[in-house]
Amino acid sequence: MKENNKLCTLTRGIIKENPVLVLVLGTCPTLATSTSVSTAIGMGIAATIVLICSNIFISLLRKIIPDSVRIPCYIVVIAGFVSVVQMLVQAFVPDLYTALGVYLPLIVVNCIILGRAEMFASKHNPLDSALDGVGMGLGFTLTLTVMATIREVLGSGSWYGISLPFFSTYNIPILTKPAGGFFVFGCMVALVAKITHGKVKHTATGCTSCPNQEACAKLAKEA
Amino acid sequence: MDFKHLLYIIMAAVFVNNYVLQRFLGICPFLGVSKKLDQATGMSIAVIFVMLLATAVTWPIQNFLLDPNGMGYLQTVVFILVIAALVQLVEITLKKYIPSLYKALGIYLPLITTNCAVLGVTVLNITEGYSFAESMANSFGSGLGFFLAMVIFAGVRTRTESCEAPDSFQGLPITLVSASILAAAFNGFAGVVETLFG
Repeated sequence: MKENNKLCTLTRGIIKENPVLVLVLGTCPTLATSTSVSTAIGMGIAATIVLICSNIFISLLRKIIPDSVRIPCYIVVIAGFVSVVQMLVQAFVPDLYTALGVYLPLIVVNCIILGRAEMFASKHNPLDSALDGVGMGLGFTLTLTVMATIREVLGSGSWYGISLPFFSTYNIPILTKPAGGFFVFGCMVALVAKITHGKVKHTATGCTSCPNQEACAKLAKEA
Repeated sequence: MDFKHLLYIIMAAVFVNNYVLQRFLGICPFLGVSKKLDQATGMSIAVIFVMLLATAVTWPIQNFLLDPNGMGYLQTVVFILVIAALVQLVEITLKKYIPSLYKALGIYLPLITTNCAVLGVTVLNITEGYSFAESMANSFGSGLGFFLAMVIFAGVRTRTESCEAPDSFQGLPITLVSASILAAAFNGFAGVVETLFG
């Protein structure tokens, strides 16, 4: 049973609680870096490393961090790991560093990472938190890759930079543009809703898992 | 540094490189707070305000404190901390001295710390190598672009909310698809600004 729980923690990020399509977190990097498969995988791996490290670290510190200043503390931890990843990418994969540009430092404000810190790592032990990080990171990377595949194959007629015979003659360039990003993402969310038969209820955004939920709820009440 | 150049930067940031629709920064508030026009306006004004303030603080920090001391790598950590502290400070100051403004903007402020548009604009100002005046112009333009996108989309949302979408498209998906059409419309601005001001 215990083994099962561990496995569940690991796998639910991939489908049942997919951070992008079900929890609707981290929309900005998803839309921005899914123009080509190589940047999507790069972004996915970078975010996963930060997610795993910050989950473990925050879980270790969960009893020390006072409740009232927890969000700033989480942000500092996450920003630290993002800087580390940023320097590693710049040193070893300079091409990816240029391709990701501003979106690499922006992993700091990726809601997936802060959201998991707040929802999971602050309440569970380091091992579970690490597994959660791996699962969520995999879910994020997989979704990004699938979306990038759709956009790159149909939009620029190639996959991972390799030109494909049929698609390179008949491509739809708008899919690589921002408009195509919104469209493909909308269709994927709709597809997931269709497959799960509406078991997953979407509000306009993934408010239940957003670290800003409290402030937002106040806003909704005023309206 | 002539006025025309600054105007060009502002116009480019509003229309061509619109932060929400072309650069995908600040999507969360764009989807979350754009249901009502007055909320969209309030949020956008708060964002413009914080963007200008954050740029005014982070640009000198990067150029006079971090770079001369060879600590440029601390950029991400320092910037996010500065923005978080700044937002807190603004909130407290407004609450104490201008309660009317606090009542209008206060609830939006905590949402801004984790808004990637604010961190994005401060980082981009540095990577683009802008001067202080150019940075301020860019921040103002970016904020204005955010405002424009929010207000337009609030109008679109009121229509899509009352429409009957296919079952699986209800809620978020139809919102994203309409955002896609809006983004496609903004593609039309590419080139216009260069010809007018460039």
